Amino acid sequence: MIDIVVLGLNHKTADISLRECLAFSADQTEYALERFRAIDAIEEMVMLSTCNRVELIFSSKSQAIATDAAKQCLSELKAIDLAAFDSVLYKYRNEDAVRHVFRVASSLDSMVVGEPQILGQLKNAYRLATIQKTSGVVLNRLMHKTFSVAKRVRTETGIGDHAVSISYAAIELAKKIFGTLEGKRVLLIGAGEMAELAVEHLIRNRCGEIRVANRTLERAIEMARRFRGQAVGLEEISESLIHADIVISSTGASGLVVTRDQVKAVMRPRRNKPIFFIDIAVPRDVDPEINRLSNAYVYDIDDLQGVVDENVQDRQKEACKAERIIDEAVIQFRVWMESLDAVPTIVSIRQKLEAIADGELQKTFHGLSHLTDHDRQAIQKMTQAMINKILHEPTQYLRRNGAMGNMPAQLDVVRKLFHLDPE
Amino acid sequence: MHEILSIAAIAYVLSSAGSIAHLYLRKDVFLNVSRILLPLALILQTIWIGHEWIATGRVPVFSLHQVVAVLSWVLAGVYLGSTIWLRMPVLGVFATTLTAILSLIAAISPSVQVADIKPFNSFWVFFHVIAVFIGEAFFALACGIGIMYLIQESAIKSKRRGFLFSRMSSLETLDSAGYGCIVVGFSLLSVGLVMGFVYARITWGRFLSWDPKEVWSVITWILYAVLIHERLAVGWRGRKSAIMAIVGFIVVLFTFFGVNFLLKGHHGGFTRI
Repeated sequence: MIDIVVLGLNHKTADISLRECLAFSADQTEYALERFRAIDAIEEMVMLSTCNRVELIFSSKSQAIATDAAKQCLSELKAIDLAAFDSVLYKYRNEDAVRHVFRVASSLDSMVVGEPQILGQLKNAYRLATIQKTSGVVLNRLMHKTFSVAKRVRTETGIGDHAVSISYAAIELAKKIFGTLEGKRVLLIGAGEMAELAVEHLIRNRCGEIRVANRTLERAIEMARRFRGQAVGLEEISESLIHADIVISSTGASGLVVTRDQVKAVMRPRRNKPIFFIDIAVPRDVDPEINRLSNAYVYDIDDLQGVVDENVQDRQKEACKAERIIDEAVIQFRVWMESLDAVPTIVSIRQKLEAIADGELQKTFHGLSHLTDHDRQAIQKMTQAMINKILHEPTQYLRRNGAMGNMPAQLDVVRKLFHLDPE
Repeated sequence: MHEILSIAAIAYVLSSAGSIAHLYLRKDVFLNVSRILLPLALILQTIWIGHEWIATGRVPVFSLHQVVAVLSWVLAGVYLGSTIWLRMPVLGVFATTLTAILSLIAAISPSVQVADIKPFNSFWVFFHVIAVFIGEAFFALACGIGIMYLIQESAIKSKRRGFLFSRMSSLETLDSAGYGCIVVGFSLLSVGLVMGFVYARITWGRFLSWDPKEVWSVITWILYAVLIHERLAVGWRGRKSAIMAIVGFIVVLFTFFGVNFLLKGHHGGFTRI
């Protein structure tokens, strides 16, 4: 019987210094896969290495020996004493291993639940394994199933729908107003760390011109240079509002910097184009009453924090739905693993042949109404005998090969040949 | 051939159910089922229209049963065509449900023998009807998009996002898509009305006979003309535009059904039967 094993460490079990020491680059992974392939007890291997986890996913007929050998190999590859990381390693077998891989790919095991990068990283890991030919029937099937489960989780749950950081939540809201942020003009009033982060997100989304208004012009010029924008004085805010689509404000002013009347006055010249205010200053810079104007939207720091909190809760709820999808997929995969044992496959082939024979007999008898019951029984016996004789050699072959050769691969071919797992 | 309409209506209802199920359960399978059933129903209705047309020698729009069937067919066709450039699965809920309702009315309303009224067997009538119907289908889509806009805008303004928030497009996308539908609908309505007036002049010797349907059609046209003018002149967009799209479609519905049932006129015969 073949086992699937996951051996690894992640951000929950190991601190960052240890994760850094054990992380593999793409080149190192290729070399490592070659070394793991040399271990006899390991049949197949996929190796996942990210900043938050290092995992060895392998199949083996003698999992205990394979696990020890893998640990030893890992220690040699990274030149770290096994004792230094043995205690932080986790090991999952079979169903637990499959569930773990599904959860990792679906981003349920990530530091930020729902982050999308992990799936791409796992796909890269699998690609490397296929190039190095360390993946075979079992892990190929596991990986393909993993990718389809992750896709289902992403499309059928809202796990990755909402942002979980203030600046990113602001960008997501901006996207809900403007669709694309490409070419949208930004007015940055004042300068704070969070505001800068939001502007950086906007630049990544190819926003248009950036204007920076600040109490001290030097600081505005310095910021504008960083963002390749234009510096303006605080007194030019009203004029700048005519052209801006997104306004990010984070001054240290004690009163309002942007008032309702100011915005109301510019709505006509800006032909009622939507304007989105992200107010991350405390006390607030932007008059909340502006939100009551048509096509003007104001979000302050509490609103954005509310969005983030709600998103975190949403992700937790969606994670529960994702777990159900994963449970279902784990059961399906277990059925497939069990089918790799010879006996169920032989039984399935026999059932399939008998069903075909029954169907054909019924059709034949329908057209031969003159046959007696005795004749019919004789024909049925003959068909059964034919099935037995046809199946004799394949059955013997599968049983013999159970003790030698690559059984999972053989059974997989046989099951495909007879189309026993329609999907 | 009436059965074919019933089967088409069932397919539309299932397509609508698929859209709604996809909205709630987010399973692609429901959306795919909805997307397969919609053109299937459309093909069935096309067969029915083709059969009626061949049998009577004119486009079947001379009884309530026929008018509603053709209208649902046009709406389904316009929605299906719009999916190429509008990627809004939520709009499908509105469009397929409206199509399902219309096709159900067509399926359950009695199929009556319509007398052959010679003046209506005209090239002008055919293009008048088809242009107006397609225009109205675009107004229906604009109304659906307007509803979506108001829901989305309210979620953003009130900072309380419902489950529709992540499923719906951005405000700008909805606003420009709604406006696009109104411009296309308005152009077609204009063409349809001009054809109607020309036909009236040829047949009755006057462009306008102050038939209630004609009056309400002109009111509808003015309403959408104001909307387009205000948008171009002062940038009327967003909430106001969405509300106008909804009001406009209510007026369209009244012009289409209400006028026929409540007021008299030479258009009434088509839909009162």
